[in-house]
Amino acid sequence: MTYITKPKFHHPSLPKNALGYTHRDYEGKVSTLCAGCGHDSITASIIEACFELAIEPHRVAKISGIGCSSKTTDYFLNASHGFNSVHGRMPSVLTGANLANRDLIYLGVSGDGDSASIGLGQFAHAMRRGVNMTYIVENNGVYGLTKGQFSATADRGSKSKRGLTNNDNAIDLVAMGLQLGATYVARAFSGDKTQLVPLIKAAIEHEGAALIDVISPCVAFNNHAGSTKSFDYVREHNEAVNRLDFISGRAPIHVSYDPGSTQVVEQHDGSRLVLKKVAADYDAHDRAGAMNFLAHHAAKGQIVTGLIFVDSEPEDLHRHFNTVDKPLNTLSEKELCPGSAALEKINASLR
Amino acid sequence: MRNTDIAAPDYFHKVVDCQWACPAHTPVPEYIRLIAAGRFSDAYMVNWKSNVFPGILGRTCDRPCEPACRRGRVEKDPVAICRLKRVAADYKDDITERLPKPAVIKNGKRIALVGGGPASLTVARDLAPLGYSCTIFDQDPTAGGMIRTQIPRFRLPETVIDEECGYILDLGIEFVGGTRIDSLKALLAEGYDAVFVGSGAPRGRELDIPGRKEAAANIHIGIDWLSSVSFGHINKIGKRVIVLGGGNTAMDCCRSSRRLGGEDVKVIVRSGFEEMKASPWEKEDAMHEDIPILNFLVPKEFTHENGKLTGVVFEKVKAEYDAKGRRNLVPSGEPDQHIPCDDVLVAIGQENAFPWIERDIGIEFDKWDMPKVDPTTFASTNPKVFFGGDAAFGPKNIIWAVAHGHEAALSIDKLCQGQDINDRPHPMVEIVSQKMGIHEWSYDNDIALDKRYRVPLRDKVVALRDIKAEVELGFDLELGLKETQRCLNCDIQTVFESKLCIECDACVDICPMDCITFTENGEEADLRARLKAPAKNLTQDLYVANDLKTGRVMVKDEDVCLHCGLCAERCPTGAWDMKKYLIDMTHADDLCRTRHQSAA
Ligand SMILES: Cc1cc2nc3c(=O)[nH]c(=O)nc-3n(C[C@H](O)[C@H](O)[C@H](O)COP(=O)(O)OP(=O)(O)OC[C@H]3O[C@@H](n4cnc5c(N)ncnc54)[C@H](O)[C@@H]3O)c2cc1C
Ligand SMILES: Cc1ncc(C[n+]2csc(CCOP(=O)(O)OP(=O)(O)O)c2C)c(N)n1
Ligand code: SF4
Ligand code: SF4
Ligand code: SF4
Ligand SMILES: [Mg+2]
Repeated sequence: MTYITKPKFHHPSLPKNALGYTHRDYEGKVSTLCAGCGHDSITASIIEACFELAIEPHRVAKISGIGCSSKTTDYFLNASHGFNSVHGRMPSVLTGANLANRDLIYLGVSGDGDSASIGLGQFAHAMRRGVNMTYIVENNGVYGLTKGQFSATADRGSKSKRGLTNNDNAIDLVAMGLQLGATYVARAFSGDKTQLVPLIKAAIEHEGAALIDVISPCVAFNNHAGSTKSFDYVREHNEAVNRLDFISGRAPIHVSYDPGSTQVVEQHDGSRLVLKKVAADYDAHDRAGAMNFLAHHAAKGQIVTGLIFVDSEPEDLHRHFNTVDKPLNTLSEKELCPGSAALEKINASLR
Repeated sequence: MRNTDIAAPDYFHKVVDCQWACPAHTPVPEYIRLIAAGRFSDAYMVNWKSNVFPGILGRTCDRPCEPACRRGRVEKDPVAICRLKRVAADYKDDITERLPKPAVIKNGKRIALVGGGPASLTVARDLAPLGYSCTIFDQDPTAGGMIRTQIPRFRLPETVIDEECGYILDLGIEFVGGTRIDSLKALLAEGYDAVFVGSGAPRGRELDIPGRKEAAANIHIGIDWLSSVSFGHINKIGKRVIVLGGGNTAMDCCRSSRRLGGEDVKVIVRSGFEEMKASPWEKEDAMHEDIPILNFLVPKEFTHENGKLTGVVFEKVKAEYDAKGRRNLVPSGEPDQHIPCDDVLVAIGQENAFPWIERDIGIEFDKWDMPKVDPTTFASTNPKVFFGGDAAFGPKNIIWAVAHGHEAALSIDKLCQGQDINDRPHPMVEIVSQKMGIHEWSYDNDIALDKRYRVPLRDKVVALRDIKAEVELGFDLELGLKETQRCLNCDIQTVFESKLCIECDACVDICPMDCITFTENGEEADLRARLKAPAKNLTQDLYVANDLKTGRVMVKDEDVCLHCGLCAERCPTGAWDMKKYLIDMTHADDLCRTRHQSAA
């Protein structure tokens, strides 16, 4: 906790985006998390991504569950819509909001406890339904808010701060996301913003279920020797498959790149992702290959990061339901209550 | 880039922009905090030690600290450092008990000082408590030099001059007023161990154009006229006055004229308004008193009738820049202008004059007829003779005279003790962590967003009626206190310990000014471009620390750091700490130092 408020002054030559905002305009309240928490770096990355995309803050709905991670929605985008739901229930609240107003940008922020323990079912269904959202899991392997019990993503054999060993198998949310049909799946490390920021930008632009699992060390309860989610451990075992160098909006790409070492992904909305390959044989379009790759490296104790899978033709829940293409709050009474003749017709079709 | 050597005394000194810019290196943030704490006497003594004349300087200083002040880069205007100094002087208690006492045991060394201005007074103040017998000679009856003879009373009341010159003369210094030194050779022959020349730049520059002699009765040399006004020999001037020149003498001439009967007073300068030597606030003050400033007008001729001045003819010029970017004033082609007037004050510059220094006593002069003076030791080519103040390198200002005085006193002390005067001691640095608890600091780290407060002025009509009525009323306590809150405490330094850093980025994320970056190392120019916010201010250093686990470097751009301590508050491992660097320049009067430095 910090007692003074963050001063309003900012660097005189801070860049402005197309809306005339600096990154400071995307901040929220001062974080109340422990100093050094990885979650704060993810907050900073979300701020940077929204700034760079020149997103209007009031077009964003940030929705979370319960946990230190879920608290962070208060620390960015002060001028956005927000909903702090109950533990593990972020996905259903987000799904409902998305159904009602498909025009907003949905940012789901959750923790490993929130998503992999109590909220595992919710997580799974949001993924398989293809809700158009950016789902960020701030993954520290513990229940930070309740003082550091192992969560369901804690690796088997890893040690708690008090020296206890975790004997349960770990849930890998990335593997689950792939298996459940998420159309954009990435993993990143809170300690590497150059990797994380473009991944968030691309996820926001992606028109489908986008999952980013961000390993985020808990400095208070899970940053000791024996932990597999500490700064040191993640830095030592990080295997980046690619670097997402930049994504351009509709503007042409004017950076020369070597086609052998890069992969260009056209997104549905015309924006493009340029992936610089680190693992030469890695194909981010191959879902089954990705699952294999992941399992293979996990067995070697490596943490695969980068854009692991992307479907350039994603489908989302609205398409599956064939819903009206406007937010419900813009529909008039006439459209919402089409009258008894229409009702009669529907009833007749069900007889 | 290599690891920054933060142990070098200049590194953190430079971060305290105001103190670094102050010729006497006054610990500005330290005294501002003392004022904020209501410790006015302590604040006064911190000043007195460094700059000798806090009450005088708090009203008149050229304030090189303010353009340097970090606050001016963070928002618009710097902290009102100078006028806060006056707050310390105005609200202090009787401080005479805290002043050094006249030396009980004399050391047998005799020092003669020529001129009783701020330079000589500083030398004498530093030396007298150490046991030196100091004798000051001045042609004027009272001490103060141009502080007393030139600066008008409406800017600086005589009581303040008396008080602060008194503190010095009371140290057992002999002041011989009304005595002009006509021969340095003769003075040296009196067997002094050292002579300090603080005789100033006493000659006003002439303007030799047609009509000068004929209309002489109404054409006055600015500094001579001001001293006559100061001594009460002159108490009126014509209704229409033209002041020629754009420096501080011109500003004092025009404002004095307004108080002695001048109704239509104009300042006319050759150059453009922007290039005038006067400080922006001096120009503002003049214009506030309904004095227009006309520029790009070169005086060609004084017109007169029956031996009486009738006006001045000016040629209109414009500025042209040659290939080297040098400015030339060339005729604009417009017709000449005749501006009628009753009196002219010529304030186009000051010169040194040393007719009383013989050229065969080992003091070498250069081609501009200025003595050769060492810029560090202030020694001339005669080992016993030192120069300082305006006499050393031409006209400057009070605070430079003080700074020269301290250095010259140190040299004289070393000379008399048989030491090498070129061996200059480092400043004393005191480093104290400000951490009191997890989020508690022993300084107020909250940042006030307030804009600069203005000093209240006396009503213009009242002020213009009396040349002795001080125009500025000074900050009252409430305003003064608010102004202190604008200071960023630049002497509370951010100090980084690589070994403790786990590279969690917390400091990077919290820093409101984007000062901190963790990145791959590189050459300075390359690094400056790659930081979170580009470091374009090349006068401000980069603080670089190697030895991080990932092989990257921590780079902090000092430029616009608010010294808010948030980086240190957010750091989980204490890799950042906020430490106060109290930098105390070495003076001759070690006695003074040990007694007064630890006001904090
Ligand atoms: C009109 C005017 C306004 C100014 N306003 C400001 C201001 O607001 N702020 C500021 O910082 N500076 C100001 N200055 C500049 C400042 O006054 C000088 O830079 C400063 O006083 C120089 O100090 P000094 O000790 O070198 O010499 P001075 O103050 O010039 O003192 C030299 C003394 O030596 C005496 N003297 C000279 N020759 C002899 C001799 N042979 N024998 C005996 N005595 C001798 C002189 O009479 C004089 O008293 C102003 C100057 C002028 C002219
Ligand atoms: C229904 C319910 N069960 C249990 C809790 C207690 N609880 C609060 S936060 C939390 C775990 C949060 O862990 P995670 O999502 O990983 O967040 P972190 O604090 O680690 O970021 C638990 C179990 C609760 N608030 N509500
Ligand atoms: S903010 Fe305060 S310490 Fe910093 S330069 Fe200005 S006056 Fe000096
Ligand atoms: S003190 Fe620290 S947080 Fe505050 S501006 Fe300076 S570097 Fe940034
Ligand atoms: S907050 Fe502390 S530990 Fe974290 S990066 Fe900054 S200096 Fe290093
Ligand atoms: Mg957790």
